[in-house]
Amino acid sequence: MSLPSFAALFRPSQLFTIRGGVHPETRKSLSSESAIEDMPLPSLIRVPLQQHIGAEAEPLVQRDDLVLKGQLIGKARGPVSANIHAPTSGRVIAVGHFTAPHPSGLPVPTITIRPDGEDRWGPRLARLRPEDAPPEEIAAKVAEAGIVGMGGATFPAAVKLNLRAKFDLHTLIINGAECEPYLTCDDRLMRERAEELADGIGIMARALGVQRVIVAIESNKPQAIEAMQRHNRALGFTLRVKVVPTQYPMGSEKHLVKILTGKETPARALTAELGVVVHNAATAYAVHLAVRYGEPLISRVVTVSGRGVRRPANIRALIGTPVADLLAHCGGLAEEPERLLLGGPMMGQPIQNRRVPIVKGTNGVLALTAGETRERDVMPCIRCGLCVQVCPVGLTPFELNARIQADDLQGAAKVGLLDCIACGCCSYTCPSNISLVQTIHFAKGKLAEEESRKHKQEETRRLAAARKAREEAAAEAKRQAMARRKAEMEAKKKREAEAAAQAQTAAPEAEPVQHGDATP
Amino acid sequence: MIHAAVSMSALGLGLGLLLGLAARRFHVETPPIVDEIDGILPGTNCGACGYPGCRGLAEAMAEGSAPVTACPPGGRDVALQLAAIVVPDADPETALSGMAEAEPTVAFIFEDHCTGCMKCFKRCPTDAIIGANKQIHTVVVDACIGCDACIEVCPTEAIVKRVKPTTLRGWYWTKPQSAFDADSRENAA
Amino acid sequence: MTAPLIVSGPHTHRVFTVSRTMLAVIGALTPATVFGLYQFGWPAIFLFLVTVLSAWAFEIACLWVAGRPVASFARDGSALLSGWLVAMTLPPYAPWWVGVLGAGIAIVIGKHLFGGLGQNLFNPAMVARAMLLVALPVQMTTWVAPVGLMNGPDFWQGLAITFSGAQDFDAVSSASTLSLVKSQLDAGASMAQIMPDLADLRDRLIGLVPGSLGETSTILLLLGGLALISMRIITPVIPLSVLGTIAALSGLCWLIAPDRFAPPVLHLTAGSTMLCAFFIATDYVTSPVTAMGKMIYGIAIGALIFVIRTWGSFPEGVAFAVLLMNACTPLIETYVRPRVFGRTRTGKPLPIKTTKPRGGAR
Repeated sequence: MSLPSFAALFRPSQLFTIRGGVHPETRKSLSSESAIEDMPLPSLIRVPLQQHIGAEAEPLVQRDDLVLKGQLIGKARGPVSANIHAPTSGRVIAVGHFTAPHPSGLPVPTITIRPDGEDRWGPRLARLRPEDAPPEEIAAKVAEAGIVGMGGATFPAAVKLNLRAKFDLHTLIINGAECEPYLTCDDRLMRERAEELADGIGIMARALGVQRVIVAIESNKPQAIEAMQRHNRALGFTLRVKVVPTQYPMGSEKHLVKILTGKETPARALTAELGVVVHNAATAYAVHLAVRYGEPLISRVVTVSGRGVRRPANIRALIGTPVADLLAHCGGLAEEPERLLLGGPMMGQPIQNRRVPIVKGTNGVLALTAGETRERDVMPCIRCGLCVQVCPVGLTPFELNARIQADDLQGAAKVGLLDCIACGCCSYTCPSNISLVQTIHFAKGKLAEEESRKHKQEETRRLAAARKAREEAAAEAKRQAMARRKAEMEAKKKREAEAAAQAQTAAPEAEPVQHGDATP
Repeated sequence: MIHAAVSMSALGLGLGLLLGLAARRFHVETPPIVDEIDGILPGTNCGACGYPGCRGLAEAMAEGSAPVTACPPGGRDVALQLAAIVVPDADPETALSGMAEAEPTVAFIFEDHCTGCMKCFKRCPTDAIIGANKQIHTVVVDACIGCDACIEVCPTEAIVKRVKPTTLRGWYWTKPQSAFDADSRENAA
Repeated sequence: MTAPLIVSGPHTHRVFTVSRTMLAVIGALTPATVFGLYQFGWPAIFLFLVTVLSAWAFEIACLWVAGRPVASFARDGSALLSGWLVAMTLPPYAPWWVGVLGAGIAIVIGKHLFGGLGQNLFNPAMVARAMLLVALPVQMTTWVAPVGLMNGPDFWQGLAITFSGAQDFDAVSSASTLSLVKSQLDAGASMAQIMPDLADLRDRLIGLVPGSLGETSTILLLLGGLALISMRIITPVIPLSVLGTIAALSGLCWLIAPDRFAPPVLHLTAGSTMLCAFFIATDYVTSPVTAMGKMIYGIAIGALIFVIRTWGSFPEGVAFAVLLMNACTPLIETYVRPRVFGRTRTGKPLPIKTTKPRGGAR
């Protein structure tokens, strides 16, 4: 049931509507007016080898190696993986494990570099003239630079640029919605680096071979809209800037496609099925740097915000900068925060350890106070139905919650558990403050674990069967060898006996000689 | 009065007899479940159950002399599947009583103690130990089923069982417990 | 340094809570209630207070027995709202024990026997109303004309009426609009003959008619309901479908046989139509959650109200209509679900039609 909203009648552009969504206080004004600033070199840089979806990179350096800025230190392993480069010059002081920038706080393979302060560039990537480079080369360059989706999903960008091989693509959508509250890094990037960004978009459009390029920006960023409209030409493409309503989760890939094109991506499929590819605005900027200047992805703009931070700001920080250093650069914490987050308040990941580094997908570091989180006691569900109203996917979160709490995971999967995009609208709006999202996360994880366990059971059986077959083969071979040996022995004995008998009958006088022959 | 009692008793007796006869007449031979059980067991013949191989356990379980929870490497999942065959009428949870959802374990080799004797290498039912003669062995965590077979054969006691380390990929959020549930349970206790 | 709490997102929440929602509903009910209390005077005020306070007392007792945290649950306002709604449906001069009994039925049987807040299948206030209506037909159908606080019984007389069942005050007992219509129609009178005996439309809108304690003022209830909609506490789906169905069905019958059926305006302005449409049928716990489900639920309630009023043996059918549809809510929930993004109504992924994969790499 998604009747076109009343407001849609007055909307000037030909936008479509999406179901549900919420309007949290954006609180972007905390940091939206502070220009992107560079941060001084931190005293220590920790670069995790797993900053992307997919297999972790393989370390190429060892302890005490000297590395230069931009040097490849982690090599992509497998098709869905990304290269890792040294963010600055210095000495590798450890190649081991360190706490991941993740709520679990589990260790993750990490290269620790002590910067030498000189920030010396090593050889850059070979530059490319995108105007006449073939699309494959652009994609290869993007892969070489280790660029991943910088909106938070961290899917290797080059893989998405190569979708052209499998699908008929016609539209590139640049996601500048930035629907998460607080975050302003994409907003600032579009305002300050519109020209470079447009160039990056043009390069990506060329790599994808699309005809249409749309830049989607939420209506609460008028300056960014204006800047992008000013720089709307690149590599022969005209960028169409479209203003989308300020509504969470507008930045969700499939929902953005729906609102701009009116087409709904089928469940469990890629938007490429519709001929549409979505890339983040920050990714476009990284592509520009990689292709035009040969700079790999070693830094990104991070919004440091929240009322717990003294001086909220947008900072261009090196990948691997510890969160504590970022906070210190922003005047430190005004008070002990209720929640320390990487990412936005709706989908961000809480962290405990402040020494964890920021990674390629970190778009924000937020220190939220109790007044901002509005954490309250959990009450029973009163079936108010708000979660159903706001769910952009059309699920019934309260029902999922009830089923999962009753350990009916299969039942939950049947009513759409795996379609959940974990946007958090349901938990945000729940008057009883039920942790719907965490329950759903738990169920998804548990189901995946059960699946992998089942897989492992089969694997075990396969291994055991293989071993049994091998042992049997070995035993068979041994038996055959024994039999052959036995047969040989018997044959020999027989021959000997025959020979002896012959010798006895034919030449008894020659016996000693023959005897000597027979015993070698 | 007596009339009624007698007729009811006669009726009961007659019907009971009929039921008894019917049970004899329509008796269905339960199919042998040994093969079925054997198909569910991991088939590694690791010996962790104390029976001679997976087949031995399957026979014991079919007789009823071994519980459905007898296969430690199989864990809860296997036990649940077995319960469905061996005791189909019982509630699976009660059949599994005493078998907590144990965390999966794997073998771990202390490299300082390992002499590279190849004993564990030969014994491992899933080929989860790699190494060569006179070289330190390592456990492939993904293939190890935590069956203890290697621990028994190790001459230098260099192998221990550890809880399988959680990886970033395998980690997931815990199930949130609603505050009022916890409170009410406390009050009730 | 205390470690920040590690829980999954979202890490910010809306301001609305259960208790704030309940308080908002109570706030929306207040104008109509205050008006009713003023019109019916001291006995109504006493009855109202007794009902609400006993509902709260029953709530605390039940929480204590169930071993739930009393402090946080007793403050959520849900018991207050249930008691309030029970009080609004009582005849204003009913004795105190009717109020206590109603509150007890609502809270103990209607709510806590099902497991407390959020677990009940039936609307507690309507359970109480239906039970009282069946068990105490005399007390529950003794109506008085509204005379205003100043012209009615004074404080002491009011106490006497409520707490000792005193009949000495000479109240103008009169029939409610719906029961009058019902009895007259049953007696064979035509609508044209009945209409002059009824209060006129203006009185019914403002609430200058005999009736339940808080149900008389159509206009104030309507305003309260609109306030709830504007605060986004309820959606307009249920009120619109309830009112629309009643109006449509009664209008149809009235057009066919104007003498035998009450006109739609009467249905909409008499009895507890407004209270039901905005405050009873929209109860979160007992109504479906999807827009489509709400529409089905609202239409069925409207139809049942009209059917019971017209052909049933009770002049008013709101309580029974709501309870019947409460029972159907789980059924509606099971079959009426929103469509999942990227899937068809049957749950299959949408077909891919716009572009086809070219198949294989180049």
